[in-house]
Amino acid sequence: MGRVKTIARRSFLIGSAAIAGGVAFGTYLYKREGENPLLADLKPGETAITPYVRIDAQGITLITPRADVGQGAWSMQAHLIAEELDIDPATATVSPGPASAIYYNGVVGAEAMPIAATSDTLLARTGRGAADVMGKLMGLHITGGSSTVPDMYDRLRMAGAVARETLIRAAMKQTGLPRDQLSTENGHVVLPDGSKIDYLDLAVAAADIDPVQDVALRDPSQWRYLTKPQKRTDMVAKSTGTLTYGIDMVMDGMVYATTRTNPAMGGGIIGFDAAAAQAMRGVRSVLPITGGIAVVADNTWRAFQAAQAVDCDWGPSPYIGNTADQFDAVAASMTDDHQDSRFKDEGDVTAALDGADVIEAEYRIPYLAHAPLEPMSVVVKMTRTRLDIWTGTQIPRFVQANMGKLTGLDADNIHVHVLMSGGSFGRRLEDDYVAQAVEIALQLRDTPIKMIWQREEDFTHDFSRPLAIARGRGAVKSGALDAFDLSIAAPSVAESSLARLGQPAIGPDVAIVAGAWDQPFAIPNYRVTGYRTPAMVPISSWRSVGASGNGFLHESFMDEMCHAAGVDPLEERLRLCWHAPSRKVLEAVGEMSDWGSDLGPNRGRGLAFTLAFGVPVAQVVEVTNTDRGIRIDKVFVAADVGRVLDPVNFEAQVQGGVIFGLGHAMNCEMTYVDGAAQQDNYHAYEGMRLYQTPEIMVRGLENGDKIRGIGEPGVPPAAPALANAIFAATGQRIRELPLSKSVDFV
Amino acid sequence: MKLTVNGETHDVDVEYDMPLLWVLRDELGITGPKYGCGIAQCGACTVHVDGVAVRSCQLAAGDVIGDVTTIEGLGTPSALHAVQEAWIDLQVAQCGYCQAGQIMQAASFLDMNSEPTDAQIDAAMSGNLCRCGSYPRIRDAVKLAAIKLRRV
Repeated sequence: MGRVKTIARRSFLIGSAAIAGGVAFGTYLYKREGENPLLADLKPGETAITPYVRIDAQGITLITPRADVGQGAWSMQAHLIAEELDIDPATATVSPGPASAIYYNGVVGAEAMPIAATSDTLLARTGRGAADVMGKLMGLHITGGSSTVPDMYDRLRMAGAVARETLIRAAMKQTGLPRDQLSTENGHVVLPDGSKIDYLDLAVAAADIDPVQDVALRDPSQWRYLTKPQKRTDMVAKSTGTLTYGIDMVMDGMVYATTRTNPAMGGGIIGFDAAAAQAMRGVRSVLPITGGIAVVADNTWRAFQAAQAVDCDWGPSPYIGNTADQFDAVAASMTDDHQDSRFKDEGDVTAALDGADVIEAEYRIPYLAHAPLEPMSVVVKMTRTRLDIWTGTQIPRFVQANMGKLTGLDADNIHVHVLMSGGSFGRRLEDDYVAQAVEIALQLRDTPIKMIWQREEDFTHDFSRPLAIARGRGAVKSGALDAFDLSIAAPSVAESSLARLGQPAIGPDVAIVAGAWDQPFAIPNYRVTGYRTPAMVPISSWRSVGASGNGFLHESFMDEMCHAAGVDPLEERLRLCWHAPSRKVLEAVGEMSDWGSDLGPNRGRGLAFTLAFGVPVAQVVEVTNTDRGIRIDKVFVAADVGRVLDPVNFEAQVQGGVIFGLGHAMNCEMTYVDGAAQQDNYHAYEGMRLYQTPEIMVRGLENGDKIRGIGEPGVPPAAPALANAIFAATGQRIRELPLSKSVDFV
Repeated sequence: MKLTVNGETHDVDVEYDMPLLWVLRDELGITGPKYGCGIAQCGACTVHVDGVAVRSCQLAAGDVIGDVTTIEGLGTPSALHAVQEAWIDLQVAQCGYCQAGQIMQAASFLDMNSEPTDAQIDAAMSGNLCRCGSYPRIRDAVKLAAIKLRRV
């Protein structure tokens, strides 16, 4: 036990250090109003009442600092501001704004702490408070962990309200009328006689007024946009090819580049012969970069062709190179000296298993690539004194800091212009591709450079979601679950990805057990232990992070245990579940799917539940075992985010999460040979296609006590619900992903 | 060589085998068609040649015989094509990167089959990858677009 206590103490260092900072000197820093970064770039006639609202004679710009990677964050943030500002978001310009500490994320840090989302103890509240202080002090301008809505829900509505009240104050000055005779309507201040003053005409006057701070937020009953079906602000552009993604940025005098680095991860380059490539049409130069080469040309395709023509002498990968050996390393790390966490340890598992008829199972999940459809791409322009970067990124401030180190420029002289990302799934929490383009720019100053990776480069240089092995040991007693002991071994994402951001990873990695240790079930003897496999190939966060795989590990074993106990998996979960909102989503999918009714021959239903990012999600998958393989017929999902701000996008995010979870579970894995990824394009990593897509029925519940995000929580239960359905239909228990290793899909 | 794109004829000086996608994107500055895979596995680059959907990443510029239409030529924000209207009505796009290709695929398909069955929609649209998982709405939007087009 000594060891566990040490770990527990260590795990809270991250929290208490931040708390100490907050109390000793940080309170001032924390409470102090940050600088409004918009003020630096204002031109005459423009005003920026808060860091989130800029107004000039042409119109209103809403600043939406959380990145949009397809989850609709820009549009949602615009709606949050617009609701209180009292404008139609469709009439505003939406801009992600500059990289700035004021746009810090106060929520996401809590995900790294061993605090169950269902816990409301003083310790849990203190820890969450510490995450907020830490986020602010560090200026964590970062998007991830389904944190945009929980982090921005109050802040952006307040920003809209402050701007509205300040504009009203300007109108009071202009008209001499008191506050209570003025109201607002759709971008105007309304006077008692019904006449209106356009916000735009008040902008100059508002700039001279200190922003009004004592504002009250509107009662939800008055909302015009929130909780109503919204129209995304970018939908027309995305449906007409007129939206500029990172890959679409065009500048005068721009050249086109691509890079090619050692396919064996981390292997480096010993030398290269560029003679043939240099002679190819349109090639401007072939340059060395870290770990490989870059080709600069007058057209992307010419750069691609020439990059393949460079004869490279690659070094060997320093990592365990073959996937069978990587799994062996994971299996070998399930020992006391690699124990990383045991956040869940209820009852006495050892005693309960002693002498019992122990049910044992081992599960495996593979490395998975993010593979967003827009390959890594960026436009950079570097002069002697300034670096401009245009790209889709979730980490603009880290990009600024890391590129500062690379170029020697001050952060003030590095301008990150965030563009829409064509997907990410966590890939754009990395800035390796930006660094490559900056390495080119250091050798080619004063020229805008658009760097695009070939799809093959993107796949083979992804930082995958880690592989993992779990061992379940359990016992049943009198037709009920009595002991549930789950051990999960995996390399640490935090250790790998934080090192690349120049940050330390302190304490246990919660992601190794996230979505497993924190599930709301009162099993009498219940233990979840994480083991940390020593670092292998670099890895990173992937949509729903630790829960993405742990959902499968936990819920597959849960299904096996229910089967062993001879109990219904839904009834048993309901019996064991002590968290009311979680019970409600379980009950909801039971009702939606008509759970318990007879599906007929060769058909089966599987249930899984995961509480991740504070969102309980239950899914039921229905399959048919056809003579050509498994067909996924229907999926029923219930999820609770506390309050559904946009039912249209809520459904889209849940359906997308289910399809992401099912598709990867069906047929995706990344495997390595000599450190080189073997899957280099979508033919080898297909995911789900439209013809395989089931009907997906979604219900949003609102019993939770806090508002939550829904970009990720739909993913984790999909794989286990599918595997459990296959068991129900065929009797075949599949303990390894992808499922296509064991069954065919139609 | 000469290429007619969205009604405008361009004289481009490129290799015969440069894929149409890169002529459009880097030579003509038409960025609606997207690069996703380069091997006709994802459909993000889909454009029409004489109204027929093709993967522009696999079509050599020298092999283009006919008029090219990209998403920009199908319809514009102020003059939407029925398929684009359906996509907006049903709020299909998530990241949206694949959607130009999806829309071009659907427009060509509906031009050839105005009353498609569910199975025909599945078959026609399954070559277009969507990593975000917008498939349920793509399916519904194709059906809605078919209705809109029959009304025209």
